[in-house]
Amino acid sequence: MDHLYRKQLDNNHGEWAVEARGLVKAFGSNRAVDGVDLNVRTGSIYGVLGPNGAGKTTAIRMLATLLRPDAGSARIFGHDVVKESQIVRQLIGVTGQYASVDESLSATENLIIFSRLLGLGRAEAKRKADELLEEFGLTEAARRPLKNFSGGMRRRLDLAASLIAQPPLIFLDEPTTGLDPRTRAQMWDTIRRLVKTGSTVLLTTQYLDEADQLADRIAVIDHGRVVAEGTVDELKASVGTSSLQLRVQNSLDIENARRTIEQVLKVQSIVSSEAGKITAPMANADLVTDLLIALRAEGIHLAEMSVQKPSLDEVFLTLTGHGVKEDASQASNESNKAEEVRV
Amino acid sequence: MRTTTIRPGAERKLKNYTSFGQTIRNSLTMAYRGLLKIRRTPEQLFDVTLQPIIFTLMFTYIFGGAISGDIASYLPVIIPGILVQTVITTSIVTGVQLREDMDKGVFDRFKSLPIARIAPLAGALLADTVRYTIATVLTFTMGFIMGYRPDGGLGNVAIAAVLVIVCAWAISWIFAFFGVIARTASSVQGISMIVLFPLTFLSNAFVPVDTMPNWLQWFVNINPISHLVTAVRDLANTGTIGWDLGISLIGAGVIVAIFAPITVRAYMRRT
Repeated sequence: MDHLYRKQLDNNHGEWAVEARGLVKAFGSNRAVDGVDLNVRTGSIYGVLGPNGAGKTTAIRMLATLLRPDAGSARIFGHDVVKESQIVRQLIGVTGQYASVDESLSATENLIIFSRLLGLGRAEAKRKADELLEEFGLTEAARRPLKNFSGGMRRRLDLAASLIAQPPLIFLDEPTTGLDPRTRAQMWDTIRRLVKTGSTVLLTTQYLDEADQLADRIAVIDHGRVVAEGTVDELKASVGTSSLQLRVQNSLDIENARRTIEQVLKVQSIVSSEAGKITAPMANADLVTDLLIALRAEGIHLAEMSVQKPSLDEVFLTLTGHGVKEDASQASNESNKAEEVRV
Repeated sequence: MRTTTIRPGAERKLKNYTSFGQTIRNSLTMAYRGLLKIRRTPEQLFDVTLQPIIFTLMFTYIFGGAISGDIASYLPVIIPGILVQTVITTSIVTGVQLREDMDKGVFDRFKSLPIARIAPLAGALLADTVRYTIATVLTFTMGFIMGYRPDGGLGNVAIAAVLVIVCAWAISWIFAFFGVIARTASSVQGISMIVLFPLTFLSNAFVPVDTMPNWLQWFVNINPISHLVTAVRDLANTGTIGWDLGISLIGAGVIVAIFAPITVRAYMRRT
């Protein structure tokens, strides 16, 4: 098995940036990571998606040589994370969940120290720091101590620090958690540009839209296990069809409309009480024309009509059976919606 | 963004160890970081500036008359004693700060960088020698102001100062070990005080040994702190280098030989 695996590896010739087999890490009786397999192709963005406490961070820390796995193995560009940890460290950049930079120093000082540690000379380190600060739009704040930095600036500096050695693989642990939407979008752009220069990115996130936006492939992790893996489209397809959402102008028409939908589309529809919105699964888009004509014939006027593809939220809920814990209220809302759709 | 593309991971030639030269360079960079931190937060130097001043004043005027008859003849006894006690107490801070530092995210980055594993520890300990130097200079200065004129001369006083700093650095590895294994910074402070308080007071630092009961004399005489204090007294007061200096340096070496490896091991295991 091991032999076969090695041969495969030689043949791959750097095709895989990350290959993890059966990674396990237990803290006491809690198996934080419980047999995780991951394969990340060189040059891609790979998303690890899961709620808080699913084991994302622990898995990344093992891949980044910060934690020793209890069982299983992992290779970074073919180098074992335990036996060749010092080599692996030369190939990776790690940006932690909480900014891994020095709070009491300035941005420039931070970058200079990291550059010096990576073997750059004094002048070279200074130049590199200036270059990265410029690139990440931090030049103006370069001399200020980090205490006064906003969350977004801190994250940017953190990412800049991970790029000093131009590592071919970058781990980003929840890179946009706690950032405002604009800063998030900037971070996404940065990550996309990074991949264009040839980097491979492995990121964890609990935001489904983030994985949707960025990742080429996604692994959904829950309770330390990979519960689903595939491209975004594959995962969405696994959940099912799009849904048709209608709102009638006169709420008295709701029952009528539902009956019409049932007759024409041959499916059960549901009504969400607060908005008077009717949702029906839409297997065949062609039938929608018939439905609209039928509704016109019945004299039912529509206020709004939309088609919704299954979102990753639904994928996530279907696979894990619970919502993202952080936005508890929103998640429960969403879970209601998703359940309705699946009825 | 950069126009250059990143070299693929599979095509890089890499080695799986750090050379001795790199270890030294990494440690010095980490020491530089420690110095920058001291410069940014000068308030953390309060203890090393105030303690020598207050303790020297206090102990000299409290014990001087009782132990040596008058202040002037007590100074050659107390200044080396206070010096050793103050500087070694300062080395506790190394462990406390290391604990605080390690709880921060930046240590994760250090661990993920291809640097010598010992560098973050060695660097922090190295930077702290600045604190010991400040404490040493202030204690001698206070002594001088109060009328202490060491007969050994300036050169020997300087050697004594270096000896104390070297020994404090060695002892700080013990507290660094506590710092690495303890859960919180305040528990490091607690454990270290329990170890250090008896060690510094059950010595010849403040009181002549022959006034103590026999069983206590036995301990005081084998206490390495006593040897260090005697070595400093010999150097500063008479300019002689005795066997006590040898014992002090050997003791320092033994402490480093034991605690540096176990501290680094514990540091690497701890996550």
